[in-house]
Amino acid sequence: MEHIVKSYDAEIRELRSLISRMGGLVEDQLSAAITALSEYDVELAAKVKAGDRQIDDLEIQVENTAVSIFARRAPVADDLREIISSLKMSAVLERAGDYAKNIAKRTIAIAQERPVGFPPTIVQMSELAATMLRDVMDAYVRHNADAAMDVWYRDEQLDNLHNTAYRQLIARMVEMPDHINTWTHLLMIAKNLERIGDQTTNLAEQIYYSVKGTILEDTRPKHDLTSSVTSGPDASA
Amino acid sequence: MSAMPDQLSRMTEAMPEVTQTTRTPKMAARDVHVYYGETHAVKGVNLDLHQDEVTALIGPSGCGKSTFLRCLNRMNDTVATCRVEGSITLDGKDIYDNKIDVVQLRARVGMVFQKPNPFPKSIYENVAYGPRIHGLAETRLDLDEIVATSLEKAGLWNEVKDRLDTPGTALSGGQQQRLCIARAIAVNPEVILMDEPCSALDPIATARVEALIEELKGRYAIAIVTHSMQQAARISQKTAFFHLGNLVEMGETTQIFTTPREERTRDYITGRFG
Repeated sequence: MEHIVKSYDAEIRELRSLISRMGGLVEDQLSAAITALSEYDVELAAKVKAGDRQIDDLEIQVENTAVSIFARRAPVADDLREIISSLKMSAVLERAGDYAKNIAKRTIAIAQERPVGFPPTIVQMSELAATMLRDVMDAYVRHNADAAMDVWYRDEQLDNLHNTAYRQLIARMVEMPDHINTWTHLLMIAKNLERIGDQTTNLAEQIYYSVKGTILEDTRPKHDLTSSVTSGPDASA
Repeated sequence: MSAMPDQLSRMTEAMPEVTQTTRTPKMAARDVHVYYGETHAVKGVNLDLHQDEVTALIGPSGCGKSTFLRCLNRMNDTVATCRVEGSITLDGKDIYDNKIDVVQLRARVGMVFQKPNPFPKSIYENVAYGPRIHGLAETRLDLDEIVATSLEKAGLWNEVKDRLDTPGTALSGGQQQRLCIARAIAVNPEVILMDEPCSALDPIATARVEALIEELKGRYAIAIVTHSMQQAARISQKTAFFHLGNLVEMGETTQIFTTPREERTRDYITGRFG
């Protein structure tokens, strides 16, 4: 049912539209950044770098709209939860946008180096991260907490791919030290993709809270093992 | 042990709609029905009022919240067509028992109304009237003391101490309302009922009354009927939502205003009622 005061509905719709646009832009930025990386396309990478500004602007618009609703409408119940979630989601999307931008910046640096074949795991990671992002934004539009939770669980796969990419890149550093710059940038790009996955789980948690009214207490198993990798005998296990 | 879950679920089903706590309530209403002639105004309400707690009663006009409030000190007795069924207890004693002295009951369960209604007498007399008729003061000095402390507790003393002889009706609306609260406090009540006490006041006077309610919270069980969602959210610990004579939902105020369980509650507090 709609609010008695129609302009209140209009403001909430505006907030939803801003969040959806932010999500769409982050998806576009991520996909363009990966295309630029795969094709050594410096021009496209530069476009991604510049495009991040739009996401930042939308975040400010979300903040202004939410603050205005708080000040004038004193939202409660599901309205309150949705507006709080929107605020948090905008911050998360802004950060995800930063990771896409960082991938673009590193692409420009990599393009200065001699070309070399990348481990395919990087592309797999980017495909999974993009799918998770698309699905979580879809769950947002449909107010579907179950669909959001589905994305939340999928982050495990991305963590596993990241572990693989990490090992592959370390191995290449040893095998092909001439390309050390490229490998290092790719290591950071893999990390960025893994972080985008983490941000989609944060988005999923906000959607869950907004729809269900309870904060997710279930602890998601952490599968990113790269922070404890050593060069010992088990390093390549 | 294996029967436990079943037993538990049966117990839960059998529980009345009220939020159960282990504390003994100051006042307890059980299956309260109120009729005005043929009109069924309150339908089977179960609700506890606790010492140290402000309970807000909210709901659209005609939902039965004020009618229910007025049952708690038998104000409805004065309405000829009004019939109250069920049980309402104060410290475990039925307030509708024939042996109950209603004047005494209303001293223990005081009331503050929507429109400030001071007597057309001096500020002093407004507060002194109750203690005098209830024989709470033996000497004029005792009475002076009661008037001063009551006005102090009501946060009005500093504003009126130099003009206690002036008519109560000459005060501002907010001051008059606090005078009425002082008048209620003067007879040492245990429960204070407030029926939209701020609806005729400006925001500053409202804030003063709300600050006063917060001050009084520790000493009395307080029930307040309000049409302001924000007021209920600001000053109460428990909120009860009434609709069409039913107590739809009662719970911690924070829970009601963030995650109401009932859709009707949500629709009302978010402004979705058609």
